Amino acid sequence: MKRFKSRRREGAYAVFEQSEARLVANLAAQVAELLGEGTPDVDRAGQDPLEAMLKLDGPVNEPDDPVLQRLLPPGYRDDDEAAADFRRFTERGLREAKITNARLVIASLRDGGMADDDDDSVEVDLDAAGVQAWLRTLTDVRLALATRLGIDDDEHRWDRDPDNPAAAMHDVYDWLGFVQETLVHAIDR
Amino acid sequence: MTAPSPVELDQPESDEFTDLDTPWVTLVWNDPVNLMSYVSYVFRTYFGHSREKADKLMLQVHQEGRAVVSTGGREEMERDVEAMHGYGLWATCQKADA
Repeated sequence: MKRFKSRRREGAYAVFEQSEARLVANLAAQVAELLGEGTPDVDRAGQDPLEAMLKLDGPVNEPDDPVLQRLLPPGYRDDDEAAADFRRFTERGLREAKITNARLVIASLRDGGMADDDDDSVEVDLDAAGVQAWLRTLTDVRLALATRLGIDDDEHRWDRDPDNPAAAMHDVYDWLGFVQETLVHAIDR
Repeated sequence: MTAPSPVELDQPESDEFTDLDTPWVTLVWNDPVNLMSYVSYVFRTYFGHSREKADKLMLQVHQEGRAVVSTGGREEMERDVEAMHGYGLWATCQKADA
């Protein structure tokens, strides 16, 4: 994959190898699946039907999975009650928006020619909305990988020995950072 | 535009009034994952900051661990926090003096 290049009207364009396209699609799908796993602990008993219809209610507790904790962080630091209220009214929408973005990314890769039985390169051509979906999904995927890799401070260094089982995941993490960096530069002039 | 007729009011004394007057802030916290270029881009796109101001805030987040990126009413700050979470930045809100 070379750098993303700018297109008119805040769009962007890049060419990916099939293997790269499948990797991005696979990771985006994994994040979407994680975000879509049953919105937990919403107490439906005694809920106002109108509120339920408008989906104004949601979970109040932080998710168990550390990746979800990072993707859906608390909105307050030192006020558990306010944090619970904030989560109740925002988490569901945030999950849905992130899932939608991930699906848009996968769709743009399919539109660009990603296919199991194809070796041709994949041409990703994004409009402004596609760019936003890519920027946000690349961020979510990198946050997810970083959490699994234990990257928790700016000075994080890792063992680049190819025998290190995590080395391949680190390479993917670095590469996604490169992809995102070129996308930011393509649209941000 | 219209102006209200003058009405004599006592100075508000209740805590509730003071609470309403206290500004709230949105804080963005440092993380080792988000790209500096992306964070600055988000500050410019979402808050409409100049490049200079966005870069300054981004560096403040990076070097000091956090920065105040917006100030206003509580509801407005919660909207900003929600938007930052949508971008994958970790933000929280609190009272300005907290």
